[in-house]
Amino acid sequence: MVLLHPDERSEEGRMSTVTVDSRPAPQLSRNLTNARLPKWAPAGVAVLSVALGAAIGAGGGLKSHLQWGLIAAVLFLVISYGVSAKVEGRRQAKDRLATSVVWVAFVAAVLPLASLTIYTVQQGAKVVDGNFLSHSMRNIIPSGPGGGIYHAIIGTLEQVGLATAMAAPIGLLTAVYLVEYGRGRLAKAVTFFVDVMTGVPSIVAGLFVLSVWNLALGFQYSGFSGSLALAILMLPVVVRSTEEMLKLVPNELREASYALGVPKWKTILQIVIPTAIGGITTGVMLAVARITGETAPVMMLVFGADAINTDPFNGPQANLPLFIWQQYANVNNDFGYARAWGAALVLIVFVMGLNLIARGIARWRSPKAGH
Amino acid sequence: MAKRIDVSGLSAYYGTTKAIEDISMTIEPRSVTAFIGPSGCGKSTFLRTLNRMHEVIPGARVEGKVLLDDENLYGASIDPVAVRRTVGMVFQRPNPFPTMSIYENVVAGLKLAGVKKKSVLDGVVEKSLQGANLWNEVKDRLNKPGSGLSGGQQQRLCIARAIAVEPQVLLMDEPCSALDPISTLAVEDLISELKSQFTIVIVTHNMQQAARVSDRTAFFNLAGVGQPGKLIELDDTQRIFSNPSVQATEDYISGRFG
Repeated sequence: MVLLHPDERSEEGRMSTVTVDSRPAPQLSRNLTNARLPKWAPAGVAVLSVALGAAIGAGGGLKSHLQWGLIAAVLFLVISYGVSAKVEGRRQAKDRLATSVVWVAFVAAVLPLASLTIYTVQQGAKVVDGNFLSHSMRNIIPSGPGGGIYHAIIGTLEQVGLATAMAAPIGLLTAVYLVEYGRGRLAKAVTFFVDVMTGVPSIVAGLFVLSVWNLALGFQYSGFSGSLALAILMLPVVVRSTEEMLKLVPNELREASYALGVPKWKTILQIVIPTAIGGITTGVMLAVARITGETAPVMMLVFGADAINTDPFNGPQANLPLFIWQQYANVNNDFGYARAWGAALVLIVFVMGLNLIARGIARWRSPKAGH
Repeated sequence: MAKRIDVSGLSAYYGTTKAIEDISMTIEPRSVTAFIGPSGCGKSTFLRTLNRMHEVIPGARVEGKVLLDDENLYGASIDPVAVRRTVGMVFQRPNPFPTMSIYENVVAGLKLAGVKKKSVLDGVVEKSLQGANLWNEVKDRLNKPGSGLSGGQQQRLCIARAIAVEPQVLLMDEPCSALDPISTLAVEDLISELKSQFTIVIVTHNMQQAARVSDRTAFFNLAGVGQPGKLIELDDTQRIFSNPSVQATEDYISGRFG
């Protein structure tokens, strides 16, 4: 218990005699209740502004639906601010305005994505069937109907698989070096070059492999030379994401392991990497998804083929993005377009599947806090 | 099993900064030695030099000798990994391995050292958890993640993990600073039990804790900010807390500074 010195007590006594200005500060309202718009108000305003936007657009003879949408978006922002300012006051109105801007931005971002997906599914579903997935373009007249993408699926799987088999271990080890061992100049240089590699355009990576592997060393077109370029593109992504994940592993875990008499390399293999494996796998999968859609280096190095070639080390192969390009540019009629859409649908499903697998692994392997 | 530690003329550095200077002391086997002193006086640094954890930090180095019985831990042919197997450590914040279950956490040290036999590991798990007073609380959920335990249980799990590799010396760096009084009591009881087998060194900011658990107490102090920490005195705990021979120790213990 703290006993106050007599002087202090009298000090406190004097304090209470000081008159406190109890009048409220002039402009501030002290009300705790305030008029609120009903919960359905934002949705109502949205419907209203879309209707108005359509009416104005149609009435004004605007052909582009994009313009209708823009008018509706602006109306939505203005109306929700105005109504809220009238009913709820200016502070609430600003809050509503900020929320509305976020919603408009969200819709603007999602609309193209959704329409792209829907259109691809619509177009692709017309051609994708068992025959399409299990046959190549061999002995098919390109300008006619029929044929399939079996050869391209095999090409994509093999090339991406080989690229991953090369880039993932090298990238993982590089990241381990940078986080666990790298000090001084060498580490700085590696980080710098990884950064530079991140910015290399895919066509440049293709040209590099073409000039070194195919022209200087004299190898022929093959799936493998394509996967060399894909590996170059994949490497910096893997290094970067793995590095970030390894940095997230708390140092206390490393020290706890050292204190048990575990050598450094075993600590890295058995403690650090397993703790980060969820994030590392996600990073690798996202890198795989990225290179799966690459067209330019593949076009230069894999060349494309109509027949099934299961040997990635010998002869030209096909590949999904390349197939799409060829059907669009070389065939250039409705049958070609249809096959291109079908291949695009398969490609999107493949990449989306990889993303889902990555998420699943991340959730499955991540450290658990459960009971 | 327990070993005596003889430190002579030990200084530790972080880069060019000297953290502790010229420390010499003897730590008796099968006893609890407590390190007290203000923050930044080098208690933890000194503790970490006793199992060569200090040098894990980049740029850190040590001068002087630490004799474990008669072997110099800083001798030329000493393997730091082997040292850490002999001198275990418990940290300030409980740090169970998040990817591992309770069972795997306890046997982590053995498993990573290559012991694979299930019967051996089972025995070690029960013995270590019982040693850490945790067995009754977790015996039905050994396969649940270790991070699902409460803070106090996690710390006792870390102690179980440390004693599972059967070290000779157990270093504890403020093991109770993140725990509530009840968990602290559990850990303190555990320390008193463990001292029959191990040489225990504990860093603490809690003077009462030092008085409760330790046989001998060392007081560290530093002359000023940026100066290296030094050992002021080491004596029987009772003497340190009743009649210390240095004025600074008395000032610190009675709360006149620090």
